[in-house]
Amino acid sequence: MNNSVERRSALKDNEVAWFERMLEIREFEKQTNLLFASGSIRGTTHLCVGQEALAVGIASVLNKDDVVAATYRGHGLALALGLSSHSALAEIMGKATGCAGGLGGSMHLCDSSVGILPTSAIIGGGMPIAAGAALAFQIQKKSNVAVAVFGDGATNIGAFHETLNLAAIWKLPVIFICDNNVYGEYSRFNITTPIEDLHTRADSYDMPNLKIDGMDIYTVRTALEAAVERARTGGGPTLIEAKTYRFSGHSRADTAPYRPEGELAEWEKRDPLKVTQEHLIAKGLLSSEKIAKMISETEEFIQATIKKVLNDPEPTVKDMFKNILAESKN
Amino acid sequence: MPALRFRQAIVAALTDEMSADPTVITFGEDIAAAEGVFKATEGLLATFGPERVRDTPISEMAFTGAAVGAAMMGMKPVVEIMFIEFLGVALDQLVTEAAKMRYLSQGQYSVPMVVRASSGSGLGFGCQHSQTLENWVAATPGLKVVTPSDPQSAYSLLRASIADPDPVVFLEPRILYAERGEVDFNLKMKLGQARVLTTGSDLTIVALGNMVNVSKAAIAQSGVSADLIDLGTIVPWDRETVLNSVRKSKRLIVVEEAPLSGGWGSEIIATVTRELFSSLVSAPFRITTPDIPVPFNGSLEAKFAPNAADVCRQILESMKNNSVPDAWWVSEGVAK
Ligand SMILES: Cc1ncc(C[n+]2csc(CCOP(=O)(O)OP(=O)(O)O)c2C)c(N)n1
Ligand SMILES: [Mg+2]
Repeated sequence: MNNSVERRSALKDNEVAWFERMLEIREFEKQTNLLFASGSIRGTTHLCVGQEALAVGIASVLNKDDVVAATYRGHGLALALGLSSHSALAEIMGKATGCAGGLGGSMHLCDSSVGILPTSAIIGGGMPIAAGAALAFQIQKKSNVAVAVFGDGATNIGAFHETLNLAAIWKLPVIFICDNNVYGEYSRFNITTPIEDLHTRADSYDMPNLKIDGMDIYTVRTALEAAVERARTGGGPTLIEAKTYRFSGHSRADTAPYRPEGELAEWEKRDPLKVTQEHLIAKGLLSSEKIAKMISETEEFIQATIKKVLNDPEPTVKDMFKNILAESKN
Repeated sequence: MPALRFRQAIVAALTDEMSADPTVITFGEDIAAAEGVFKATEGLLATFGPERVRDTPISEMAFTGAAVGAAMMGMKPVVEIMFIEFLGVALDQLVTEAAKMRYLSQGQYSVPMVVRASSGSGLGFGCQHSQTLENWVAATPGLKVVTPSDPQSAYSLLRASIADPDPVVFLEPRILYAERGEVDFNLKMKLGQARVLTTGSDLTIVALGNMVNVSKAAIAQSGVSADLIDLGTIVPWDRETVLNSVRKSKRLIVVEEAPLSGGWGSEIIATVTRELFSSLVSAPFRITTPDIPVPFNGSLEAKFAPNAADVCRQILESMKNNSVPDAWWVSEGVAK
């Protein structure tokens, strides 16, 4: 078993492991941001701080043979699904040890061993592909499902509507998860969209749909389990709108000046880490001392990962000429 | 003359056209309230108000198509496609609708619109946000395709594009947005008219966008005496200026930030070869990117697009032997 698969199975029915993974994602994003600010990461980064419960919730419900088509805001989902912090950070820093050999960058993570399709940097890009993966599963009579994760802003692109309609008439085993983090780039979603609840868009495709609190991993899991069960048993697609919040700016140096004052603080009260922590303490699974220890261990782990990645080799000039097309056999 | 950044020259051109012509409107994602991801629409909302300067949803097909319809009804829309890649989801409206309206109506309708889009590599954005893709549109009769290389041409060519009666795709090299240069607001440029930036006797170099700057540096490094032609407009391209120059220099190199296969430079070389074949002293050739997606890693991305050192090498080799040098990936033995 490779490392990603192990990391994935570690989440199976292990509530403490969920919390641990969420901590890892939080620290990973924090350090990624610092590395970007200090010039060690070039290009751009899209952080998912505040959206960890959705990522880990999805990963803890799906099987490793299910597939996920996610976006450029994909670090958290990739780590949750099993990609190692080392492989993800190496990719973001353009190292040969990255999951795409350092040729893809922050917006393009991938790991076929745990069903992470290359994440797309084009809005809507992953949705039809998830439907196509589901079509293959349906024809192959497999019980696997495909999941497309995308933002609130993505519900205004043609691919969203076309794919929902297609998935509905073909009853595909696909789950559409709209991660409504309130903003699409610098625009609040209700400026670019005339409705408050985006999941209702699935009504016109006669597709089951619901909204959930995306800050609570338990809520995420319950909703997803039902949708996955429906998809696996031939009941077709579901649209889930998870209400989350983007704690960071959109990308790079965006400080989100367009945010109304106090909005972030309000959402931070429902920080997914805090919410999970409260559950776990109430259940007697964790103590504050244990949590403090987990936090410092996570910090050390990510620091050690950064050190390793900094010493990793860069891809060679030859590498960029590989994998354009299949090697010809003759 | 004020020194403006490239992005400010875009703002100035939009401002001046919008002031001069009340039918000019502009829309795109986050271009109004946030003043554009590249700040190329800074101040427009404040100056012209929300009727003429609009934010759109993430719906490139709808707003590009809306520009087509508005243009047919007497407006002059300028839409911003943040990265040319996003034109992929709107291509029908431009290539198959806008480009055909004049023809299908036999002149009853025209489509005076501009699609502005950032283009090109060099910023570490990865292979879905670093392409040039002008070949998507350059092969469609009914569209004009323009790429400026500095703040002056950004200003003058964007004004000409907005004033033009046909759909114009205006590609802005992303890597240049922050670059500064002097801008003469009275300088008019025509679409389809190239600029001869340096004159010389040894050879002719034709380039576009940021490759103009790369070629300028390469000419300086190599010490050759060259005509450097900034093509500016790919469709329709300035045959006369190019042919006149090559008639004199008898040597031609085209420097292109686009994959080897299918680039606009092939068109130029085909035309020059047909017209001037017997007078050429060596075979005209192109310096391009390899036929691969844009790599993310910094040193590889720097190697991907033609750079001054490699263009200089190829200039000197070709001058010495009157032959066509190998592309770097061939001479370095990394690919065929
Ligand atoms: C077709 C297309 N148009 C525009 C963009 C530029 N863009 C990148 S992210 C983004 C905002 C997306 O918002 P949302 O769907 O809510 O996702 P979030 O970034 O909030 O996760 C935009 C407009 C793009 N990548 N692709
Ligand atoms: Mg969003």
